[in-house]
Amino acid sequence: MTTSRYLPLGALAAGLLVLPWLLPNSFYLDLAIRMAINAIIVLGLNLLIGFAGQISLGHAGFLGLGAYASAVLPTHFGWPPLAAMLAGMALTGVLAALVARPIFRLKGHYLAMATLGLGIILNIVVRNEAQWTGGPDGMPVLPFEVAGLTLSRDWHWWWLVSALLLLSVWMAQNLMDSPFGRALRALHGSEVASRGVGVDVAGYKVAIFVLSAMFASLMGSITAHYVGFVTPNVADFFHSIELVTMVVIGGMASVYGSLLGAVLLTALPQLLATFEGWETVVFGAILMLCMIFLPKGLAPTLAARFGKGGQ
Amino acid sequence: MALLEVSELSIQFGGVKAVQAVSFSIDAGMIYAVIGPNGAGKTTLFNLITGVYAPTAGSIRLDGQPVHGLTPDRLAQRGVARTFQNLQVCMNMLAIENVMVGAHLRLDRSLFKAALRWPALRRADAALRDEAAELMRFVGLAQYLTARADSMPYGALKRLEIARALAMRPRLLFLDEPAAGLNPKETQEVDALVRRIADAGVTVVLVEHDMKMVMNLSERILVLDYGKKLAEGNRDEIRRNPDVIAAYLGAHA
Amino acid sequence: MLAQFLQFLFSGVTVGATYALAALGFTLIYNASHVINFAQGEFIMLGGMLAVFFTQAGLPLPVALLLAVLLPALVGVLVEKLAIEPVKGAPTVSLIIITIGASLVIRGLTQVWLGKGTHSLPAFSGDAPLALLGATLLPQSLWVLGVTALVVAALWGFFNHTLLGKAMLATSFNSLAAQLVGVHTGRVLFLSFAMSGALGALGGVLVTPITLTSYDVGIMLGLKGFVAAVVGGLGNGLGAVLGGLLVGVLEALGAGYVSSAYKDAIPFALILLMLFFMPQGLLGARNTERV
Repeated sequence: MTTSRYLPLGALAAGLLVLPWLLPNSFYLDLAIRMAINAIIVLGLNLLIGFAGQISLGHAGFLGLGAYASAVLPTHFGWPPLAAMLAGMALTGVLAALVARPIFRLKGHYLAMATLGLGIILNIVVRNEAQWTGGPDGMPVLPFEVAGLTLSRDWHWWWLVSALLLLSVWMAQNLMDSPFGRALRALHGSEVASRGVGVDVAGYKVAIFVLSAMFASLMGSITAHYVGFVTPNVADFFHSIELVTMVVIGGMASVYGSLLGAVLLTALPQLLATFEGWETVVFGAILMLCMIFLPKGLAPTLAARFGKGGQ
Repeated sequence: MALLEVSELSIQFGGVKAVQAVSFSIDAGMIYAVIGPNGAGKTTLFNLITGVYAPTAGSIRLDGQPVHGLTPDRLAQRGVARTFQNLQVCMNMLAIENVMVGAHLRLDRSLFKAALRWPALRRADAALRDEAAELMRFVGLAQYLTARADSMPYGALKRLEIARALAMRPRLLFLDEPAAGLNPKETQEVDALVRRIADAGVTVVLVEHDMKMVMNLSERILVLDYGKKLAEGNRDEIRRNPDVIAAYLGAHA
Repeated sequence: MLAQFLQFLFSGVTVGATYALAALGFTLIYNASHVINFAQGEFIMLGGMLAVFFTQAGLPLPVALLLAVLLPALVGVLVEKLAIEPVKGAPTVSLIIITIGASLVIRGLTQVWLGKGTHSLPAFSGDAPLALLGATLLPQSLWVLGVTALVVAALWGFFNHTLLGKAMLATSFNSLAAQLVGVHTGRVLFLSFAMSGALGALGGVLVTPITLTSYDVGIMLGLKGFVAAVVGGLGNGLGAVLGGLLVGVLEALGAGYVSSAYKDAIPFALILLMLFFMPQGLLGARNTERV
């Protein structure tokens, strides 16, 4: 396990390193950055959905909290971007922890409903508090700068996002191959059995939900600074669904599947642009077909096909 | 003092009295069996003692300490382990990981150390993997050391549950129909396994339909019928008890 | 004071009746298959949009309305046959995603076919408002409430007095047992989706003269219908109706007295409170987990 897991990680690092030189122009670099950002978000969500087996249909709400913290606090209150980012994470963590206890008494559909409700409320708040957030039109975000250094060029962002991605993959794999991660996966497999061996099931669900939400908030902040603008769409229901879809299509409980799902679905709108008007139909059809014919997702199905085990 | 003391234990679901005023005690080190016809309340009794249900009335004491109403994870902390009649194996994991989860309470469960691949945590985990493999060999699953749980046959999964329970290093082990659905050869192997577990110093409580196994293994037997205690005693007492014979054979006593 | 309250109440009950029909649709499908059909809202949208399309195509109103209810029923059946039946027994997450996929396809096709515009439908019997205790009531509201009441009564009769209805109830309690006594559970599933499609569409057809419609109204309406079903106690028909009315009224009162900007947030705040403090809903049954 130890040797085999550094091989793909090394390959990923090498790929990230050479990619900027292979891309023909800045349009593709921008696409690659957005893919990497989504990959990190999806990885965090997969910890919750794929590994722990708990669905969240409101994750874009947490993304939005981070994004707007990074937009509003520096613009209206003069906070340094890093402080705003951390404040967003802290706020998200507190909110997630507050609602998590009651939410995770619920199962399946009810859990989906509760997270969805939370996400929609966050989105509505952002849309309505126009004096702070610019309302439906959104607002500009100041550039990210820390200790006098400003991230302005696309390739700055590429290195930052690549490093974050590698770190996330490494940490996610560590986490899932640890007592903490095994307890999470066990409660997915059987809550009854997990309780029976002493796992505090509710506590673990809350912990991974809060972690995943704070992670989303962080990435929301980073996206906001990268794009330089934020609109309420970042927090809407459809975006939550998109994120869940990336998890599911790539492969639940699959680290590299998360990356694959994020890459494919980030590229999809570009590919579908030629099908003016049909994007939604194709997107929905892909969701259904994937679930019906590849219920385990792409990465695990491919891994099984080529006789490779593991994650 | 008895390891486990159950007195006047009752539970009601709506109007159904599934277990009524059942009392018994189990000494450390013995193999104790609970038998009875289908629907007699055996699994419900297990669920009560292992904290899945909270009793409506009565008390359960472990080492003299009241433990009724504690949740399963709290009972696990006090050394109570169990297997399940309807398999509760985590099919999303490797077989050996299922066993490793059994050691949950003994491990450093820190999230941050885990994410950063803390050396001490890795060493402990590697040692645990060896221990889990040893347990799998002990229960006769040597050939499944690298298998996924969802690729194993039913009989092997039943033993995997036992290995997981043993990874808790329990004092008191509840086995809910360990031989159900097994063929005669597998049943014999489980029979021998239970004996070895008891020899290792674990107190075993067994719910089982296979009378040969029960009579062969158990030092004391509790007979339930319609949620009530019908009889309790050693093998010979139970074998000769007219109420038991009547309940099992439908004869008129 | 009272007049204003009544005004909010009327509009709340009217919209609530639509939520109630959607919630009944959720309940039917949930009982037959334990699937939450996230495409339920699209049936509401389809009902309204098709009614608009058929009337503009020159069909007489009754025919247009009938077609606008029947076609979504057919769509419901298609969803069941093509997307739900092939994945029997799949985990909750997969089923949720499949129905979300179906809803996107339905919405996308509608958008391609009928465009992104907002449409209205003439009221069934004029627009002259009726005055009642100082408040006004649109004749269309009476249509919405009357038809909803009829439908609820008809459903009640169907489930309590016909063999097929009882078979459907039996399937929801214990599918295997129902099969053993000869209920064709596949047909029950089929029928549930058809009825859900029709119920949702009916709600859409009735309310469109008041609220307008476009290809993208389905999500919100469907989600609120889902809220109503959960508020009432998932799986309970009467609860679904009560839940629908409650959600509608609270939304209207909240919009009127508190903030109209936060109108759409009210059902979701309600559902969160409900799930936290009363997770079994108003009329739902408690379940005991079996081990």
